[in-house]
Amino acid sequence: MKARKKADSIATFFFYSSAIFIGILALIILAVLVVKSLPILSNNNFFELLFSSSWRPSRGEFGFLPFIVGTIEVTLIAMAIAIPICLLSSIYLSEYATKRMRSIFMPVIDLLAGIPSVVFGLFGILVIVPFVSFLGKMFGSSTTGYSLLSGSIILAIMVFPIIISVATAVLRSVPHELRESSLALGATRWQTVKKVVVRSSIGGLIAAVVLGFSRAIGETMAVLMVIGNVAIIPKSLFDPAYTLTSLIANNYGEMMSIPMYDSALLLAALMLLLIVAFFNIISHIILSKLIKHNYTNEA
Amino acid sequence: MKRKIKRSEIEEKIFKILMIVSLAIVLLSLIGIISVIVIKGFSALSWSMIFETPKGGYYLGKEGGIANAIVGSLYLAFGALILSLIVSIPLAFALQKDYLNKKIANLIRVLLDVLCGVPSIVYGAFAFIVMMHFMIRASLLGGIVTLALFMTPIMTRAMDESIRLVPAELKEASYSMGATRFETSFKIVLRQSLPGIATAVLIAFGRGIGDAASILFTAGYTDSIPTSLFSPVASLPLAIFFQIATPIAEVQRRAYASAFILLAIVLIVSIITRYLSSRFSRYNLS
Repeated sequence: MKARKKADSIATFFFYSSAIFIGILALIILAVLVVKSLPILSNNNFFELLFSSSWRPSRGEFGFLPFIVGTIEVTLIAMAIAIPICLLSSIYLSEYATKRMRSIFMPVIDLLAGIPSVVFGLFGILVIVPFVSFLGKMFGSSTTGYSLLSGSIILAIMVFPIIISVATAVLRSVPHELRESSLALGATRWQTVKKVVVRSSIGGLIAAVVLGFSRAIGETMAVLMVIGNVAIIPKSLFDPAYTLTSLIANNYGEMMSIPMYDSALLLAALMLLLIVAFFNIISHIILSKLIKHNYTNEA
Repeated sequence: MKRKIKRSEIEEKIFKILMIVSLAIVLLSLIGIISVIVIKGFSALSWSMIFETPKGGYYLGKEGGIANAIVGSLYLAFGALILSLIVSIPLAFALQKDYLNKKIANLIRVLLDVLCGVPSIVYGAFAFIVMMHFMIRASLLGGIVTLALFMTPIMTRAMDESIRLVPAELKEASYSMGATRFETSFKIVLRQSLPGIATAVLIAFGRGIGDAASILFTAGYTDSIPTSLFSPVASLPLAIFFQIATPIAEVQRRAYASAFILLAIVLIVSIITRYLSSRFSRYNLS
């Protein structure tokens, strides 16, 4: 009897300490990034860091603008490609597809989610880059293909599974009675989809998009392999660009040889962390309110 | 009236076509990626690619293989898996409402979701700077710990999803028989959610073995199979990354073969995952 109680209290101790551990770990990660980026924040003007485009680490000039612009542009263009495709696919899967079709498509979409990002990058080099180069020539711009557009296309493909799986789940969670009453009033299927289903799940669809966005903004290897990595502010879709994630990945080697360089790179990491955390929390709040029965099942 | 109906019908038709086109794009991109890698990679694949380590001049197109990277990736992923399990299992159990109250549990869930979303390059940069501080060189151990940072939130969250599906009635029945919380967790909940937990482990494994950004700085790269936790280690994602960056066609072909091997591992893991989770939903009591 005593042994059982002892086993129980030991297990309880481990369970609680793992919960404390994860909290402390998150705080440590945040603290290390903040502490390490403080030197550059106190040494350089904050606005200069954000809005200057001269990146000359050896002279102590750290203008993040090209990287910030590159990151935002590649992500936004990727989302512009992905959002219509994903939402239309999700609506079809949720409203029109038969159960059998869904049971074929959803695993396929999961499969896409599991492909490693270097493999996406390789596919980008083999297929997307030549395609974009061809496209560029058609529009009269000589490009190698390693460009903003290539990065965006790869990123768009990478966020397909995330947006589609969340959006489909959101659409499926709309109660059947709502659809039925709309159909009973004489609305067509499409009118029902447009005016009832999509309208009542708009928050969840936004959350799905936000999740995709935050995944895209932090993606490293695939983008790094196709975007060209030139620290300029791109003027067209066919120009090369540079992202915050690639900045960290490409320069860790020299991190220790130039003063402040490590601090600058860790600041980039901190920015990414804060942006992603912000968007994740937003989508979490929306989703937990929306798909409530999922959360309250156990209560 | 008649014209209005027609217009809405046309609208529906147009959108239906657009939807099917979208779905086709999604499907085609998956088929495209897999078939390009399979076609390009399979033709470049050979037994020596799989079973040999790089010999002198390998990166100039001479003989050898990427056994170092295959074994390295398996070491890294399995090591990280074990490390993640040590945190994930107790944490996933702690999230039950038997242990933590709902508010705190949900707070930890949000934290885990945020950690899941943190880009792996951020974990890599964090681990690298900590390792520099303690003067630890890039090594198998460094790679394992970094990868575990990245995998733990993913694994815990997936385990939590399957553990919370265990019906409360089952637990109540166990308690009313006089079982302790630990016995209930271990003998009832664990057993009931075992396929889900296995799925969670495989999901994390698949994500971990394919991730390059987190181990880019922390695991290093070497042509030999590591003999201790403190020697640097090669990995498949980085093998692909480095080989494709060379200008030599023969070495680039090896990048395709490496990608084929990595994709095969990930897809097999993913298919096993699907199989397990479909079994899970079939036998689940709720």
